[in-house]
Amino acid sequence: MFMAINSAIHSALEKDDSAIIFGEDVAFGGVFRCTLGLKDKFGADRVFNTPLCEQGIAGFGIGAAAAGATAIAEMQFADYMFPAFDQIVNEAAKYRYRSGGLFECGKLTIRSPCSAVGHGAVYHSQSPEAYFAHTPGLKVVVPRGPIAAKGLLLSCIRDPDPCIFLEPKVLYRTAEEMVPKTEYTIPLGKAQVLAPGNQVTLIGWGTQVHVLLEVAKMAKEQLKVSCEVIDLQTILPWDKDTVCQSVKKTGRVIVAHEAPLTCGFGAELAATIQQECFLNLEAPVTRVTGFDTPFPHIFEPFYLPTKWRCLEAVKKIVNF
Amino acid sequence: MAAFYSKALNLKAFRAVQSHLRLFCDAPKFPGAKTTWTQTLKISEAKQEDNLPVYRVLDKQGVVIDSSHEPKLSSEVLRKMYKSMTLLNQMDNILYESQRQGRISFYMTNYGEEAVQIGSIAALNNDDLVFAQYREAGVLVYRGAPIDFFMNQCYGNNLDVGRGKQMPVHYGNKDLHFVTLSSPLTTQLPQASGAAYAFKRAKNGKVVITYFGDGAASEGDFHAALNFAATLECPVIFFCRNNGYAISTPTHEQYRGDGIASRAPGYGMGAIRCDGNDLLAVYNTVKLARKYCSENNKPILVEAMTYRVGHHSTSDDSTAYRPKEEISMWSTESPVGKFRRYLETKGLWSEEEEKSWAKDVRKQILDAFNKAEKVPKPAWKEMFEGVYKDLTPALKEQVKEMESHLKSYGAHYPLDNFK
Repeated sequence: MFMAINSAIHSALEKDDSAIIFGEDVAFGGVFRCTLGLKDKFGADRVFNTPLCEQGIAGFGIGAAAAGATAIAEMQFADYMFPAFDQIVNEAAKYRYRSGGLFECGKLTIRSPCSAVGHGAVYHSQSPEAYFAHTPGLKVVVPRGPIAAKGLLLSCIRDPDPCIFLEPKVLYRTAEEMVPKTEYTIPLGKAQVLAPGNQVTLIGWGTQVHVLLEVAKMAKEQLKVSCEVIDLQTILPWDKDTVCQSVKKTGRVIVAHEAPLTCGFGAELAATIQQECFLNLEAPVTRVTGFDTPFPHIFEPFYLPTKWRCLEAVKKIVNF
Repeated sequence: MAAFYSKALNLKAFRAVQSHLRLFCDAPKFPGAKTTWTQTLKISEAKQEDNLPVYRVLDKQGVVIDSSHEPKLSSEVLRKMYKSMTLLNQMDNILYESQRQGRISFYMTNYGEEAVQIGSIAALNNDDLVFAQYREAGVLVYRGAPIDFFMNQCYGNNLDVGRGKQMPVHYGNKDLHFVTLSSPLTTQLPQASGAAYAFKRAKNGKVVITYFGDGAASEGDFHAALNFAATLECPVIFFCRNNGYAISTPTHEQYRGDGIASRAPGYGMGAIRCDGNDLLAVYNTVKLARKYCSENNKPILVEAMTYRVGHHSTSDDSTAYRPKEEISMWSTESPVGKFRRYLETKGLWSEEEEKSWAKDVRKQILDAFNKAEKVPKPAWKEMFEGVYKDLTPALKEQVKEMESHLKSYGAHYPLDNFK
């Protein structure tokens, strides 16, 4: 997936002279190689290192975007985005609204590696989408693989609003797909039904989508249950229509995410689903998520919403 | 004998070469710093005598000290500067009062910092981008914002270009190249660095100026901004209004170093400290700063020493934390008064003109004020606009929800005041 991301950034810089990409260690190629070769191709004034300072990266990016440059800011790990929280939430998200539209920083895209990687522990595994989803004015996007990443990232870069693009780091090297060499975009705000089914709706994003696809297979084989798997893709604004359409068909829905349970994005989905689809539900909305703990190191296999916990949830929900 | 002397001379020469070699070839090679070795152990500490002096052009009486530093400004510009400062004062008088009367919700005055604002902006080009904090209304006045502009924003009415989204004094003006303010302090600084970088790449010849106070300089964004501007070589002027207070916190509780200017060398940046109450000094300083930034594509830190004569805002009574005598002393030291004396010695202003201008500008302000008060607020649906470029499906639904609610309960909402 890192190559697909590299390709998207390459396209952006090639087509748009104002485009710049920056952050810690971006110049030599980045700690995950997402910016490999870009400095040589586009120049050190467009692909550059910044000092080690996330609030600076965010603020600098907002200013560059407001002044007319397409600014792609990298935060080395989503776990370290928090010093930039004020700039992202109080500034980037509110720039257009508070100025009556006179100023905006839509040309800003912040991209950052997130989620579990097997050994990342407390500070290299976090999935912070819920914090940003609570902020009107931002768009939050999470790809499930290389093809999605290239198309979604390009959409974010060209979107007229500031976007946060969270890249599940475990997918950088494990996910391999035939990614078109040419440029393409995938629309934001649209979920994708990956595997059709009619008994249980399974909703996830990022790495968890692959877990759910496997769960759907296992449910079919072991429980004779037909599951419909939805990749939400855009967390904010999220595709209520596609989700509700599926839930109204199946009547049973499980949301799964790595982030902790309380106030995770599953809570938003559950609240809206029960409001919009109450009479269609055959069982309460179930969430299978990380526990309400910080992300542990040695206990990772117990912490994650594994295919076993998800399968068990499917079993329970069809027998409700 | 000759052999003895020749040997001694050779030894001395050898020692000289050896010491020379030691200096240059034996220098520390650490990537982190370019410097020399020392065998002396001592704590390096700043001394007060090394504090950066305050550059001034006018003395306390408003007399030019060194005529070679008097900027060659036309009488139109000089009079415009004075009129801007006094208009600002009058507008502050009226709007402060109006908050006291409950007509607007909040206000911040600019007393004591008129020269800081007008002197600095007059030294820049009209399209240099400004990122301000909240006590820079004079910048907009000088650039030509009509009085209506300020009134409409303070009232948040349908003519407010900000569309009623923010508290009073949170101005923004695209035509005048003044980025809309926000309440969180110092956030504008790294943004200014980024904008300057974009301008540098665009080769449009513009520089960026960003204003902030002595308190705001304590925020992490200050450090982030200066470090970024220095390492990425951004043409930005960091302009600190050191007015002695951050609400009630005096500078002694804000920092222990030599003001804000002393931090510049820490970032590898240049700095100038000037008398913020001397309009000509501020003007000269920013003129030089602009030249420096623009020619070198490098940032610079300017610290204008001044005093906040007014309260922090209408929510503050500064007599609670500072002596009335201190306030009145600085009131009398007014930068406006000093500049007026300068103009009068040049025959560019008079007591008569002062009277007629004061009357005229007060009337202009009151007219604008009364007009703004009567303009309705924007349509309530605008509350949903500008979150994104276009309304999302979720927002469209929320609009409908509210529409439906107002059909039944509209009588309980101040709809009559809104368009």
